[in-house]
Amino acid sequence: MALLEVTNLGIVFGGLQAVDKFDLTIDKGQLYGLIGPNGAGKTTVFNMLTGVYAPTEGDIILDGTSIKGKQPAMISKAGIARTFQNIRLFNQLSVIDNVKVGLHNQIKYSTAEGIFRLPSYYERESQFRGQAMNLLEIFGLQDEAKQLSSNLPYGKQRKLEMARALATNPKLLLLDEPAAGMNPNETAELMETVRFVRDKFKIAILLIEHDMSFVMGLCEKIVVLDYGRIIAKGNPEEVRSNPKVIAAYLGGE
Amino acid sequence: MQFVSFLVNGISLGSIYAIIALGYTMVYGIARMLNFAHGDVIMIGSYLVFVLMGSLGMPPFVAVLGAMVGCTLLGITIERIAYKPLREAPSLAVLITAIGVSYLLQNVALLIWGSNPKSFTSVVKMDPIRLFDGQLVITGETLATIIISVIIMIALTLFVNRTKMGRAMLAVSEDKGAAQLMGINVNRTISLTFAIGSALAAIAGVLLCSTYPTLQPTTGAMPGIKAFVAAVFGGIGSIPGAMLGGVLLGVIESLSKAYISSQMADAIVFGVLVIVLLVKPKGILGKAVKEKV
Repeated sequence: MALLEVTNLGIVFGGLQAVDKFDLTIDKGQLYGLIGPNGAGKTTVFNMLTGVYAPTEGDIILDGTSIKGKQPAMISKAGIARTFQNIRLFNQLSVIDNVKVGLHNQIKYSTAEGIFRLPSYYERESQFRGQAMNLLEIFGLQDEAKQLSSNLPYGKQRKLEMARALATNPKLLLLDEPAAGMNPNETAELMETVRFVRDKFKIAILLIEHDMSFVMGLCEKIVVLDYGRIIAKGNPEEVRSNPKVIAAYLGGE
Repeated sequence: MQFVSFLVNGISLGSIYAIIALGYTMVYGIARMLNFAHGDVIMIGSYLVFVLMGSLGMPPFVAVLGAMVGCTLLGITIERIAYKPLREAPSLAVLITAIGVSYLLQNVALLIWGSNPKSFTSVVKMDPIRLFDGQLVITGETLATIIISVIIMIALTLFVNRTKMGRAMLAVSEDKGAAQLMGINVNRTISLTFAIGSALAAIAGVLLCSTYPTLQPTTGAMPGIKAFVAAVFGGIGSIPGAMLGGVLLGVIESLSKAYISSQMADAIVFGVLVIVLLVKPKGILGKAVKEKV
């Protein structure tokens, strides 16, 4: 059974049909790319999948349950995590605390246990620390754990965002332009990281990216949006040679 | 020696302002709203202690706990009924609602307890401390206020920085959207903030009325405004800022009463605020927000 099944998804802002008749099926462990020109509605799709926007029509089914119209916090619990196009870390918090925020729903103790510092509080907090450090080590951030996240260099901030998203224990990870602002070496390294994350955590990944060599080299399947509609879907070769895609990117009649 | 005595009184008064200011600043940090009804929650808390202790004869400790529970419920209820429906509304609408809630609480208190000032029995049963052959006298109330405030400030700092709910509060105050996408229930976090702020207001009310023992429906108004000033003074949204701002304000007020003029004290306090904001518009510990261009 597919992990994510999106059928006939659409959203209207005022009189603008931003996304229309969007269908998508993602299998467990799949690397899926979502591409399209600027303003095609890619981030809008992410926002609908994560509950930031409520779709006006269609359905989103994650692992057999509909998550359409649920609150973002509920969807996060159901198993979708994301990163952002413009990095949105908690800048006033340390690197490790950013990851701990992601672990919020993984480790449970009540407010009273926290206020009165019962033994269970110490136990759970040390669990928090252990899990957060493990994630940081995977991304090579363990030495910066105590720093403020705003002091990290750009590339490491992107990695931290991914670590924080993985902390929520997702089944599906959405990456919004992970390679934006990276040089070719960093992009190549990122490809390795994304593959590694997929294999290590056994999750599916859907990513938006403008860097074509990145998407073509990494993703198993690609869906192309233009003006809110799907114009092509398939493996990288099929998409690359699709005349509609070429027209959308290079302009055509 | 007189100076030390005025200073200690100032720190004590300032600690009360600081506890109230914490409520203002936490709610502002998380819900981005000025809860002008906060001062009146203090007044309700004091009346609750007055009733529980005076009319029902409960021991002071139990009465204070009762008032804390009462104020916590009141704070959560106010948020749920008056502010939550306005979450997406412009900030002016929320501000006016808060002023409305403030008048509502004052008038409810007026209906229940009348306009005659009640004399509040101090909950602190400690003998004054005499130092330097009786030249310096510190009352039990003053000392208790300072000790309790220090405990509250340490506990709150630990709670916010070291527990998952505290981290959730910090995350929500910085980026509600991203926090939600990490699985944090924003509404519950806001409720928790109101609960903590209101419980602190109850303690502040008891300490205030133990030191200045007249209680009437407008008792909370002036300390509320001054605590708001203290929060802005220290940098609104910042927890250490509220503590620092509160204590500084209390000391300035106490010293100007002593050495300049007791009638001018409030004018001086607000004058200092104006000067601080001219030099540091974000307050002493406020963070300058960088606009991305």
